[in-house]
Amino acid sequence: MSSQASSPTIEVVAQHIVEFVSDSGEGAQTAGQMFGSVSARMGNGVWTVEIIPAEIEPPHRSRAGASGNRIRIATEPVTNLGATADVVVAFNEQVLYSRIDVDALRAGTLIFLEDAWASAPEEEVRRAYAEALRDFEERGYRVIETPIERECRKLLDDPRRGKNMWCLGLLCAIYERDLAQVDIELDRRLGKKGQGVLEVNRKLVRAGFDWAVENVGFRFRVPVRPSTEPLVVMTGNHAVALGIMAAGFDVCAMYPITPATSVSHHLAAHFHEVSGFLHQAEDEIAAIGFALGASYAGKTAVTVTSGPGLALKTEFIGLAVMAELPLVVVVVQRGSPSTGLPTRVEQGDLLAALHGAPGDAPKIVLACSTIEECFHFVITARKLAEEFRCPVIVLSDANLATGQTPFRRPETSVEWLAPPVDQSPWDTSVRPYEWDSRTGLSERPIPGQRGGEYVLTGLAHDEASHVAYESATNQRGMAMRSRKLVTLQRSLRPPAIYGDPTGELLVVGWGSTRGAIEEAVRALREEGASVSSLTLRFLSPLEPGLTEIFRRFRQVLTIELNYSDDSDDPDVPRENRRLSQLAQLLRSHTLVDVDCWSRVPGVPLPPDMIERVLRARLTLAGKDA
Amino acid sequence: MFGVEEDWLAEPKPRCLVLEDYVGLTPRWCPGCGDHSVLGALQRLARDEQLPPEQTVVVSGIGCSSRFPHYMKTYGFHGLHGRPLPVACGVRARRPDLHLFVVTGDGDCCAIGTAHWIHAIRYNMKMTVLLLDNQIYGLTKAQTSPTSRAGQKSNTHPYGATLEPLNPLTVTLGIANASFVAQTVDWNPPHVYATLREAHRHEGLAFVRILQRCPHYMEGAWDALQRDPTGALLLTHPDGIPVDDAVARTFRNCLEHDPADLKAGRDLAARQDVVPIGLFYRNRAAGRYDQATAAGLGMSASVRLKNVQAQIDRFLI
Repeated sequence: MSSQASSPTIEVVAQHIVEFVSDSGEGAQTAGQMFGSVSARMGNGVWTVEIIPAEIEPPHRSRAGASGNRIRIATEPVTNLGATADVVVAFNEQVLYSRIDVDALRAGTLIFLEDAWASAPEEEVRRAYAEALRDFEERGYRVIETPIERECRKLLDDPRRGKNMWCLGLLCAIYERDLAQVDIELDRRLGKKGQGVLEVNRKLVRAGFDWAVENVGFRFRVPVRPSTEPLVVMTGNHAVALGIMAAGFDVCAMYPITPATSVSHHLAAHFHEVSGFLHQAEDEIAAIGFALGASYAGKTAVTVTSGPGLALKTEFIGLAVMAELPLVVVVVQRGSPSTGLPTRVEQGDLLAALHGAPGDAPKIVLACSTIEECFHFVITARKLAEEFRCPVIVLSDANLATGQTPFRRPETSVEWLAPPVDQSPWDTSVRPYEWDSRTGLSERPIPGQRGGEYVLTGLAHDEASHVAYESATNQRGMAMRSRKLVTLQRSLRPPAIYGDPTGELLVVGWGSTRGAIEEAVRALREEGASVSSLTLRFLSPLEPGLTEIFRRFRQVLTIELNYSDDSDDPDVPRENRRLSQLAQLLRSHTLVDVDCWSRVPGVPLPPDMIERVLRARLTLAGKDA
Repeated sequence: MFGVEEDWLAEPKPRCLVLEDYVGLTPRWCPGCGDHSVLGALQRLARDEQLPPEQTVVVSGIGCSSRFPHYMKTYGFHGLHGRPLPVACGVRARRPDLHLFVVTGDGDCCAIGTAHWIHAIRYNMKMTVLLLDNQIYGLTKAQTSPTSRAGQKSNTHPYGATLEPLNPLTVTLGIANASFVAQTVDWNPPHVYATLREAHRHEGLAFVRILQRCPHYMEGAWDALQRDPTGALLLTHPDGIPVDDAVARTFRNCLEHDPADLKAGRDLAARQDVVPIGLFYRNRAAGRYDQATAAGLGMSASVRLKNVQAQIDRFLI
């Protein structure tokens, strides 16, 4: 790049996608998050996604080792990771391949690539770099070889620690970010490390910024629209942790499991400030057992896990259903059965959450579709668990858990912190399961309440909690526990429809795919397509009115991040086709011929991919007509 | 007082709890089962200590002995096989006011619940854990248990158990932060009672293994020991389980053992030639996790709300 500082060209865009990729430990994640926060503070819509290697210290310069962040910024609010990257900063060419492997780049993507490898002492490194450059050119990428380390060495002995800040400065220049905002961000993150560290980092940011001013002849302007309301920026896991605190939970018992663990990190540092206690149990089973014990004793308890942990907790969830104890289980879904894809996203635990238990174990299942909902649903879940005296599963996923976006600062209420019941004497004429036959609801005594002494049991029992093997008693107990879901459903509203309430195609989704689905639907609707979408938050019980809504569309299609056989797979007979999980559920409840399209890429579905799928459905329908 | 309800009196009569206040449903254990004796001892202890039934919780797992809570008239939690200890730890976590007992069996504690056993000992939260060890699975009808002796015939080992038994005492004494480990036998009710009382008063997790007869599936397993008390070794010490002379006389062999001596306690627990009875180890200074779990209980709602707000504000942009 020649010196063009005087008059850079400015391209105004409604949105842009930036990626930071480095070897693990080089700080691309931090720099990416900071770029996102700075952009949010200036008034852009932002969504950031972590790029995480599965290992802590994977080999340097390897595809498996890519670590970093994708930051999508826009004038409007952003709800998902978007399609391909517009600008990438890469600390070596090998980590870039891991992004190429997942189609994160396209012809035309601009790459700021560390150029030090061209003069590396090892011949094979120099060769690999040169080969990659040729390859990138063939793929149509626009590579800007950038002297990142060389420039950083002017300020640092070891540029491995610090070049992330130089690159942050570079991006800030290209996107016209306010360096004062970067200073605030630096202060926040590094303030504790002392003035010296802070100063070095400030200088690095400034140096990167100045280098870009001097050497890069273009700018991207994503117009900002500063918010008039206070905003917060956080990940879904932070939102869950804050929700746990705002909901007044006494106890969170957990066992470390990716990608749920960071909830516990946040609670470990701050839960005591609101009098809560985080228990790291010896295993997943003990974690839920501990939570359930606390709940039985009249305290509010939550456990946080992911798919494999949900499997281990199944028996205790069944006990919570059977013994009618309130309990909140947050499941941050990851990929595949078994250990699967621990750091990746999937919506594979819906049916496990609903039905993954022996016998009939009716429980409430909610799914968060935004990071903001990760906060609010934890609070809703506590309320529902106590009101309906049963476990509530809150589904999140790795996409929400690690993504970051700004949203309105949530309000809180002192009422949310109230204990579930007091310790006043129990009316001895009321039995511990005095079921209201119409609603299935009953009140529970808590240790300490005189006159309420009862023995909770997982065995079939009658209203007095006495073990009962009689057929009629068992039938009634099962009916009463099931009835509670009907009662809850009666209080719910039909889901809101995004788009027209009637038309050719209705897309139904749940969880974190919402943003991408709505973006695709919006794009198609702008072209005049007859397509709408809806997102389900309640999966058990289902939100009411679905049959009626579905009948107003010629086609109903679920889009999901879990496995299904393709509808046009010639090797799969139609009646043996395995459907995605929500589709199975909706078909059985509504008897509408709900179709599905789903994939398990381990990464969120980008809106352009969904758009292509929907377009194909609509075109096909057009031909039929 | 005529016309005035008792409850209205300005100074109500002090509550006096009698044995019946702790008697729940009629036990459905087999006649001659050792569990009856332990139940009687716990009910008497509760009465003697005047434990308010509403403040008393008995947690159990699954198995014959785990039916125990149903037969007490207190709060009870008859939960899952192998999992009474995590539940009890959760109960204790935020309720320092409750009197907490756990009843578990050799299958419940030493097989399916082993991980929790080890960690509960380490947590050392205040509770009394009674391991009713009959060396057999009773409820599921005679399968080998981890504490079954080698050669023991059962439905799963009709030709005799192949493995040497696990020793719950040496295991427990090997766990970091163990603070109270005792053994007693169901057929000596005064000793069971005295052991339970010491256990209940212990400020930490008291682990009591109770050798328990199963007349149905292990008929005569302890006959020799009952007939010839020289097979037992009574551990005595001023800081041990207090026994009166009448009880002591039933044991021919007594040994003065200081329960502060962990190494000697471990050696005694490992002895195969005699059945030691009494307190192996007591450490009143062991760290208690329930002191950490109960932190912040008194925080007011207004302070909590203020701090929640501050937490959220950390994420403001």
